[in-house]
Amino acid sequence: MAKYLLQRLGLIVPTLFFVSILIFGLQQLLPGDPALALAGEERDEEVIRYLRQKFHLDEPVPVRYWYWASGVLKGDLGDSVRIQRPVLDLVVEKLPVTIQLAAMAMAIALVIGVTAGIMSAVKKDTWVDYAANVFSLWGLSMPNFWLGILLILVFAVRLGWLPASGYVSPFEDLKANLAAMIMPAFVLGNAFAAVLMRHTRSAMLQVLSSDYVRTARAKGLNESAVVLKHALRNALIPVITLGALGLGELLGGAVLTEQVFSIPGFGKLIVDAVFNRDYSVVQGVVLCTATAYLALNLLADLAYFLVNPRMRA
Amino acid sequence: MRIRQAFVLLLFASTVQAQTLRIGLAEDPDILDPTMARTFVGRIVFAGLCDKLFDLDEKLNVVPQLATSYEWSADNKSLTIKLRNDVTFHDGEKMDAQAVKFNLERHKNTPGSTRRGELAPVERVDVVDPLTVRLHLSAPFAPLLTVLTDRAGMMVSPKAAQAAGEKFGARPVCSGPFRFVERVAQDRIVLERFPGYWNKGEIHFDRIVYQPIVDSTVRLANLRSGQLDFIERLAGSDVAGLKSDSRFKIDRIVEIGYQGIYFNVGKGEPGSKSPVGRDARVREAFELALDRAALVKVAMDGEAQPGNQWVSPSNRYYAKNVPIPKRDVAKAKALLTAAGVPNPAVMLMAPTTSDAQRIAQVVQAMAKEAGFDIKIQSTEFASSLALADKGQYEAYVLAWSGRADPDGNLQIHLGCKAALNYSGYCNAEVDELINKARSTLDPAQRVKLYEQIAERVNRDRPIVFIFHRHWLWAHSAKLAGLRTVPDGLVRVQGLRMN
Repeated sequence: MAKYLLQRLGLIVPTLFFVSILIFGLQQLLPGDPALALAGEERDEEVIRYLRQKFHLDEPVPVRYWYWASGVLKGDLGDSVRIQRPVLDLVVEKLPVTIQLAAMAMAIALVIGVTAGIMSAVKKDTWVDYAANVFSLWGLSMPNFWLGILLILVFAVRLGWLPASGYVSPFEDLKANLAAMIMPAFVLGNAFAAVLMRHTRSAMLQVLSSDYVRTARAKGLNESAVVLKHALRNALIPVITLGALGLGELLGGAVLTEQVFSIPGFGKLIVDAVFNRDYSVVQGVVLCTATAYLALNLLADLAYFLVNPRMRA
Repeated sequence: MRIRQAFVLLLFASTVQAQTLRIGLAEDPDILDPTMARTFVGRIVFAGLCDKLFDLDEKLNVVPQLATSYEWSADNKSLTIKLRNDVTFHDGEKMDAQAVKFNLERHKNTPGSTRRGELAPVERVDVVDPLTVRLHLSAPFAPLLTVLTDRAGMMVSPKAAQAAGEKFGARPVCSGPFRFVERVAQDRIVLERFPGYWNKGEIHFDRIVYQPIVDSTVRLANLRSGQLDFIERLAGSDVAGLKSDSRFKIDRIVEIGYQGIYFNVGKGEPGSKSPVGRDARVREAFELALDRAALVKVAMDGEAQPGNQWVSPSNRYYAKNVPIPKRDVAKAKALLTAAGVPNPAVMLMAPTTSDAQRIAQVVQAMAKEAGFDIKIQSTEFASSLALADKGQYEAYVLAWSGRADPDGNLQIHLGCKAALNYSGYCNAEVDELINKARSTLDPAQRVKLYEQIAERVNRDRPIVFIFHRHWLWAHSAKLAGLRTVPDGLVRVQGLRMN
C-alpha cells in the first residue's frame, strides 16, 4: 500500500505541472485585453500602460508563465488587480466557506442519495422504488438557481424562517451560520443526491444478485446484515469514486448556487474574476481547486482499500 | 417579570437593529482607494466613507462639502478653494490645505491612478494658508468643480496613505461620516459611525453594512424578508409587484448617463465597408425607424426617459434645438432608397447583459420595418469592449454611466481620438466647440455651445442616443431622508429609520 501511495503521489507532481500550463494557456484564449477590462470606464492610456507593465501583460506568454509559476513555487499566487489583495489571502478567506458548503451538501447528498439508493434496490419494483426514482428524476431535472430562488421565496420571504442569502462565520454565530448555509447546501446536495441514488441503486442491484450474497442469505443471515454488511460495502466502490469526484466539483465552487445565495466562496470569486479578467485570481483559484481534486481522487483510491479487502493484496 | 424582561430585551434588540443600515449593492466594489477606484458601485460605498471637496444637489448644482467656498481667477485659470476648519480624518489627523495638496498630487502622480485624466488640466496646487488652496490650470476648465464632487475631490489621510502605500485601499482612511471596519470580498463592507465627523448631527446610524448581491431577484428577496433596508438597482420588472406592498417604497432618478447605439464611422474596415458606417443618411434612417417611447416600454419596463443626446431632456444643458425625432418609417425608407441601400445589413453587437439583449431585439424588430436587416452579435461585455476598441464592429449597444458635467458625457466619446471614441468620429468643428464649451464657465454660454454641437453631431450621428435609465431604489418605508441626486449615489447624511 505504501508503494502504491508513493506511486500516486509521484504522479501528482507532473499532473499539477501540466494542469498549471493548461490553466495559464487556456486563460490566454479568453477574448478581451485584461488591461482594458481593468482600466475602468475612462480607460486612461497611462493606466492601461501601467497595468500592462505591472502584471507583465506586455511580455510573451512563456515569460509570464515563468513569473507566475516561480511565484507559486514560493507560495505567492500573485495579487488581485481589481481589489489589490494577495490571491492567497482571498483563497484562505474563501476556502473555509467553500469547504463548509461542500461538506454540508455532500452530507445531505449522501444521507438522501445512498439511503434512497439502498431502499430502492432492496424494494425493487415496489412503490418505494418508484418514489425514489421519481425523486431522483426531480433532483436531476431541477435547475439549481430555480430551486434556490424558490426556497428563498418560501423560507425567507413568505415564512421568514431562514435568511434569504448571505454568510455568517460559524465562529461568529454557529446558529446563524447553519441558518444561512442550509438552503444552499440543500440545493447543491439535492442535485447530487439524485446522481448518488441512481448509482447506489444500480450497484446494489448488481451486488444483490451476485453469488456471495445468495450464499450469505443461504447461511441464514438476516436481511439487514446481508444488505448493510455484505452487499453495501462492495456496492459503495463506484459510489466512493463518484462522491470524490462530486466533492472535488463542489470544492471548485458552486457557481450558480453561490451566486443565488450570495455565499462568498470560490464560485463567486472565480465568476467575478473571469468577467473582470482578474487573471491572477482565476489562475490561483483554479490551481487550488485542481490540487483539491487530485487530493480527493487519491483519498478515494485509498478508501477502496478500506471497503474492499481484496484490493489490499 | 420574565415577560417584562423579554419585552425590554425585544425593544432593545430592535433599537440595536435599527442603528445598522443594511444596503444591498448590485455588484462587489473594486478597490476602496479614491485614487485607484474604477467602478460606479464603489462610489456608493465612498459616499459613506469619504467626503469630497464639493458635492452635488438634486438639481446637479455644485455645493460645498469639505470646502466652504471657491473663487475663479479673472482669467479662469486658477481656482481658489477655502476649506472647513473642523474636519479631521478617521485617524485623527487634521484635514487642511496641506492634505488637499497631498491628495490632488497623489491623484495626479500615483502610477495607475484613474484620476490622472480627470485632473489633467491642473498643473500645480499651492497652499495659500492652512485653510486655502489654489489650483493652477493649464487652461480654463469648466468641468473641474464637478470633477471635485467625485473621487478626485475625495480626501484621504496623508499619513495613512503614506504608511499603507499601494495597500491603502484595503483599509481606507478618509474623513467621511463613517469609518472603515472590515471588508470580506464579495460578502460585505462594514463601516461604523465616525464620532469626530464634522457634520455628526446628520448621522443617525451606528453602522452601515454594504452587501453585494448580484441577482436582482435575490436582492429584492433580502429586502422583502427584512434582511436589507435598502437595495439599489431594483429590476424594472419588479416595480409593479413591490408597489402594492406598503412596507416598502420605491424611488426613481433619471441617470446622468445614457444608453446609445454606437456606429463605427471611422475606426477601420467593418465600419467603412458597412452602409451604416459609411453613410449618415443610413444612420438617420436607423434613428427614424426607432420609437423610443415604445422601446423604453418594452425593453425597460418603462423605467427610462427617452432621449437623443448625451444628457437627458431634463438636464439644463440639453440642446432644445435638437428635439427627439418622432418615428417616421416612410421617411426612413426614402432615405435608404436615396442612399442606394433599401435593405442594409447591420451587424449589431450587444453585450450579453439582459438590458442590452432586450434593447438589441426591440431595435432589430423596429428597424426591420424600415428595411434594415439587423443581425445581433451577442458578445460578453469585456470582449465587446475589446472589439469596439479595435474597431471590429459595425454597430454596438453601449451604456455610459455618465458624469455630472455634460463634458464628461461628450468629449471622451466624440472628441477626435478621445479614449472612448469607439465610433472613430472626428469632426474638427465639433472638437473646437467641445473645447470652447469646457473652457467657458458661464452656463448660459455653454448651453449655446452645446446647441451648436448637438446640431452638428446630429447631422453625423456617430452615436444614436436612445434613453436615460432610471436608477431604481427600493427600501423600507421607514427609511427617511433619502436624497435622490441624479448621480445615483446613496448619501447617508440625513438618513434615518423612523
